[in-house]
Amino acid sequence: MAQQSDTTDINKSHYHKEQDETSQYLSFTLGNEEYGVDILSVQEIRGWEPVSRIPNVPFYEKGVVNLRGSIVPIIDLREKLHIKFTDYTLLTVVVVLQTIDNEKIRTMGVVVDSVSDVITINKAEVQNAPDFGTKVNNEFINGLISVDERMVILLNVDKLLKLEEIESLS
Amino acid sequence: MSIDMSQFHQVFFEECFEGLEAMESGLLDLNTGDIDAEVINTIFRGAHSIKGGSGTFGFNEVADFTHIMETLLDQMRDGRRPVTQPAVDVLLGSVDCLRAMLTAIQSDDKVDTATVVIYKTALEIELNGSAKQSIPLESAVEEDDIETSDNEAEATEQGWFIAFSPYLDLLKTGNDPVRLFRELAELGEYTVAVNTRDIPDFDDLDPEECNLSWTLTVLGESTLEDINEIFSWVEGDCEFDIQALIKKEAKATPSVKKDKPEPSIVPVIDSLESLPASLDVVQRPSNTIPSSNIDAAEEVLVERRSGVSSSIRVDTAKIDALINIVGEVVITQSMLGLVGENFSMDQLAQLKRGLAQLERHTRDMQQSVMNIRMLPINFVFSRFPRLVHDISAKLNKKIDLKLVGESTEVDKAVVELINDPLVHLIRNSLDHGIEMPADRIAAGKPEVGTIELKAYHRGGHIVIEIIDDGRGLDKNKLISKAIEKGLINENSILNDKQAFELIFMPGLSTAESVTDISGRGVGMDVVRKNIQALGGNIEILSELGKGTIISIHLPLTLAIIDGQSVAVGEETYIVPLVSIIESVNITEDIINKVADKGETFKLRNQYIPIIRMHEIFNVQPKDKLRANEGVIVVVERQGALCGLFVDELLGPHQVVVKSLEANYRRIEGVSGATILGDGSVALILDVPGLVRLSNNRLSSTNPSL
Repeated sequence: MAQQSDTTDINKSHYHKEQDETSQYLSFTLGNEEYGVDILSVQEIRGWEPVSRIPNVPFYEKGVVNLRGSIVPIIDLREKLHIKFTDYTLLTVVVVLQTIDNEKIRTMGVVVDSVSDVITINKAEVQNAPDFGTKVNNEFINGLISVDERMVILLNVDKLLKLEEIESLS
Repeated sequence: MSIDMSQFHQVFFEECFEGLEAMESGLLDLNTGDIDAEVINTIFRGAHSIKGGSGTFGFNEVADFTHIMETLLDQMRDGRRPVTQPAVDVLLGSVDCLRAMLTAIQSDDKVDTATVVIYKTALEIELNGSAKQSIPLESAVEEDDIETSDNEAEATEQGWFIAFSPYLDLLKTGNDPVRLFRELAELGEYTVAVNTRDIPDFDDLDPEECNLSWTLTVLGESTLEDINEIFSWVEGDCEFDIQALIKKEAKATPSVKKDKPEPSIVPVIDSLESLPASLDVVQRPSNTIPSSNIDAAEEVLVERRSGVSSSIRVDTAKIDALINIVGEVVITQSMLGLVGENFSMDQLAQLKRGLAQLERHTRDMQQSVMNIRMLPINFVFSRFPRLVHDISAKLNKKIDLKLVGESTEVDKAVVELINDPLVHLIRNSLDHGIEMPADRIAAGKPEVGTIELKAYHRGGHIVIEIIDDGRGLDKNKLISKAIEKGLINENSILNDKQAFELIFMPGLSTAESVTDISGRGVGMDVVRKNIQALGGNIEILSELGKGTIISIHLPLTLAIIDGQSVAVGEETYIVPLVSIIESVNITEDIINKVADKGETFKLRNQYIPIIRMHEIFNVQPKDKLRANEGVIVVVERQGALCGLFVDELLGPHQVVVKSLEANYRRIEGVSGATILGDGSVALILDVPGLVRLSNNRLSSTNPSL
């Protein structure tokens, strides 16, 4: 009996190893920091274009754009993560991300400074983000990893794209 | 060679459900006493094609079941069998059962064999029970029918018809049916027929259980009390139903004869009722109509709604019109192509003409594609005769449902979403609106209550009205109830309209008792919310003692709207054209302020509140110095006017409504978004939402108000 459960455990861990050993992340920069998102959630990368503003929403939700006929919201990642806002330039990039929410695919654009690379990482090397207390909100952060001596912050796309409920206006 | 039959299953099921619907509506027509050979034919055809199809696809249990129905219908069709209420009820039940079977097969579920057996048995009883009588009439023409009925009438003296179906454990309580029959025999001439259909296989037979049921007739001068006395011994241990045998009118017209319930068939229904009990199905039949019918009807409604979205059936004429237009577009396109190939300035007029043509065709094409999405409202209405039939029987009310304007067309999305609110409203009318027959007579109204379900187009809207001639809403009762619940201030004075609005507040029910027909499920507040979500509104008009009119206004389509684009600062918004009354240029001097906050302006003797779009949407005005110069778009919201202050009118557009929620979220004051000619996104304003937003803002900036 015990033997049997042992073998299933081994099978399971073996399976996990094959699945999870490495994965690819798209890395981009916000100021001097480098961030990464799972490449499977990236739909496309676009240049910044003016958005239509949406009234009475959090400041980091910049507005919506027309992406080949569907209305896609654009959020500013700097502002979402409480990094100082910089003006948009010709080099400002929008990473269009997808997430599955209630069995529906949701698409959302995220404004970043620039896209840098596609990195392949070994899951085992990912460190948990340290707890910064109240200074930094690390709920969107999956972990940290170092690539060529640089630290890359891996983001959790599902949590990132989950919009907060707007508090009532009053 | 084998063909994968499963690829045809979807089509087969669709056809079956259509057939079932046709059968159901046919049967309901029969119910109202309107016996038409064509109607019976339609029902028969429905059953026949279901039988054929299910046989082909190897759904033998469906085929077997339908075969019995078909046999019954065939005899009715040939006039060999009178169309009776009980028979129709059994058939209606069988339609439900068949639908359940098909749904189960479709979703690979297990078929509820218990129910199937019940209805199969009922059908067989119906078939055999009255076959004895009908055999001699088989080849008889109608005149013979009358004669026979006359003979029957003479033979049938006054007496009683009793359907007696004991529960399984009757014998264990020490009762013996034989003793009962012996006592009955003392009352007069009596006949008894036993129904042995429930007897299980020998292996499963429990000798201590009573698996038999009987139908008895007692002729003579005995009274109901006499019979009740005999059966009082077994009360609670059986189902029994007593019907008076009334001497038939001599010289009856053929249709009268058919209308009259055949007493000999009544027991079939009763045994049908007792069957669930004996099969341990948790259903307690009460009246002559099984209570399960209503639940079944509701389940059917739910099931059908979920099935609606898969595909739609389109009138060929609509497709032809579309193909025609597409042909025109192709011609125009090739013409323009030719012009463009070697373009010189002298062809400019031709080019312009071509472009104008293209524009017209595009518009036509858009319209006819939208037209394909339009379904007659009958898709919703057709479900209600059954609902009304079942519920009114349960409530012992007499109700006539009139459908008007069933062919009024409305967008498919609207059709799907309007069903639930309508079911709720109709149930309310049935339960609370229409009074009991006795009360109606006392109030000097016809015994039969009327509910009218009416649909028509008005402007860019479809209007659905539910009109009943019931007791109406009691304004004072509503107000006192609302005060009691603390929903309104004790001293508030409300006009009729405001008082009726109270009914939409959550937690307010005027019904003294909550019944199982209404008072559960969604409330009126949910009804209104659903309708508002569709971009419509709902109004109530009512007169105490006379009746109630509930009217629902809905947009014809949710996909394309006519809009007016307006500029507010740097932003462009779309105001739905249907809500715009007019637009006026405004200057500072015509704006009046109330308490320094609320702004109004006077439009033809009416002060209209102003909503500044810049403020509620936090948009920077283009020119701060001239903040009071702009245009006021006067919009209507549920009868009240208000003015939207914008910078500029840009022009009318037909806009395709895109969902903001698909990727984003709901925004107060915005009903959706659209893509403008230059590819940018413009928000479509939601007038009721804007008013709410503006009111919230006013009350939050001035809490003392």
